Amino acid sequence: MSNNQKKELTPVQQEYQVLQKERETKRPVARNCIKAFFIGGLICLIGQAIQFFYIFFFNFTEQTASHPTVGTLIFIAMLLTGFGVYDRLAQFAGAGSAVPITGFGNAVISAAIEHRTEGFVLGVGGNMFKLAGSVILFGVFSAFVVATIKTILIQWGGF
Amino acid sequence: MLAGHRTWVFDQKPVIISTGTVGGPFEANGMLANDFDLLHSDLWLKQDTYEQAHRVLFEEACQKAMEKGGLRKEQVQFLLGGDLINQMTPTSFASGTLGTPYLGLFGACSTSMEGLALGAYIVNTKGAKYLLTGASSHNAAVEKQFRYPTEYGAQKPPTSQWTVTGAGAALLSDEGEGPHVTSATIGRVVDMGLTDPLNMGGAMAPAAVDTIEAHLRERNLDPSYYDLIVTGDLGRVGHEVSLDLLKKHGTPIQEEQYKDCGLMIYREGQPVLAGASGPGCSATVVYGHLLNRMKKGEFKRMLVVATGALLSPLSFQQGETIPCIAHAVSIEYGGE
Repeated sequence: MSNNQKKELTPVQQEYQVLQKERETKRPVARNCIKAFFIGGLICLIGQAIQFFYIFFFNFTEQTASHPTVGTLIFIAMLLTGFGVYDRLAQFAGAGSAVPITGFGNAVISAAIEHRTEGFVLGVGGNMFKLAGSVILFGVFSAFVVATIKTILIQWGGF
Repeated sequence: MLAGHRTWVFDQKPVIISTGTVGGPFEANGMLANDFDLLHSDLWLKQDTYEQAHRVLFEEACQKAMEKGGLRKEQVQFLLGGDLINQMTPTSFASGTLGTPYLGLFGACSTSMEGLALGAYIVNTKGAKYLLTGASSHNAAVEKQFRYPTEYGAQKPPTSQWTVTGAGAALLSDEGEGPHVTSATIGRVVDMGLTDPLNMGGAMAPAAVDTIEAHLRERNLDPSYYDLIVTGDLGRVGHEVSLDLLKKHGTPIQEEQYKDCGLMIYREGQPVLAGASGPGCSATVVYGHLLNRMKKGEFKRMLVVATGALLSPLSFQQGETIPCIAHAVSIEYGGE
């Protein structure tokens, strides 16, 4: 954790930080949000289309179609990452391309490509989940916490 | 020799007899493509890894400098250089290939001028007849080291900078034809408590200002003595902030004479956000573009202030602030 807050800044440092902050190019937050909304929505729309495709042309139900849909989206994200397109899309879309499942796929695949030169075991294997690892860890952990709360409420709460 | 506390004045006036600059594909599309001796269309440089490509960049820059200076590698006594990769393997491995006695330097993006200052000192005191100094960086290798995987889709903020793929080397001698290295001011570490590694310019600006002011004070010069005062890689944010600071401190510097290498190398429209960075940035721009212009007689005296952020991926993750440094070297050609 950052111990920056605990460190006392000298008056000179504080003064400079105020000056620097004024000059710093700001992130265009509102514009980024709108772009993220539309690109993120577009990716979900494509996902929806793929899901319908699996339901209508193959014998999938709405429940079971989600697995091949996710697989297809990640496959597309993998190709786009490999061809060097996904990171450019991300610079434009921001959270719009990071939050959907394709962003997760990109995090795994980009790390795998990056560490390819260090070998398959120590390079690809050891680093593939460098970025996505914490998503998996905290995702599983929060699922565990929520499930525990639910179990307690049902068992002893009488709901 | 020593003027003030940390400025060396080189009375023997070491000469930059030749330079070599090598760039990558992104630089080939930039503003200064014509000033590179060698440009590569492929980021891999026909190597298996980006780190090997990085090493080849530096090797080629050194070889170009020697070739243009008409020297064989056996004639060069020392090589001073550095880069940003762990334990500086690209520069060290390249030095192994060249076989020249070698001192590795780490000054992050200020390595180019750290090397030129030390090199000029050694030549000035007759420690060497011919000496090579240079710095290099490779975009993909450095991004891997400091940030996310290159293909990872993270949105970069507008303050972030683009690491130059390039290497620049200069061949120094105590005699010959070419621009003279007249003085150097060694920077001290300045830490203003900034922690954002995607805003290096803002963090480095006070270090540049500190060194520029120390240089002018210790050499007792007015900024107008220099036709050009050029910083290494402050980028858009750092450039503006440092100009504000200089004005605030009452240093009479003119906007026309104050430039930044990080804002010169790429053209409008290239997706570099706040500008260029990396040890290769100041090395290629100064040893290529700026010295070429100097030789054409466009200006006579320049002060190069290469700035470096002395952080590591580890120190940043542990919440440490970013300490920065800047080294200044004055180069003069023609005139008195």
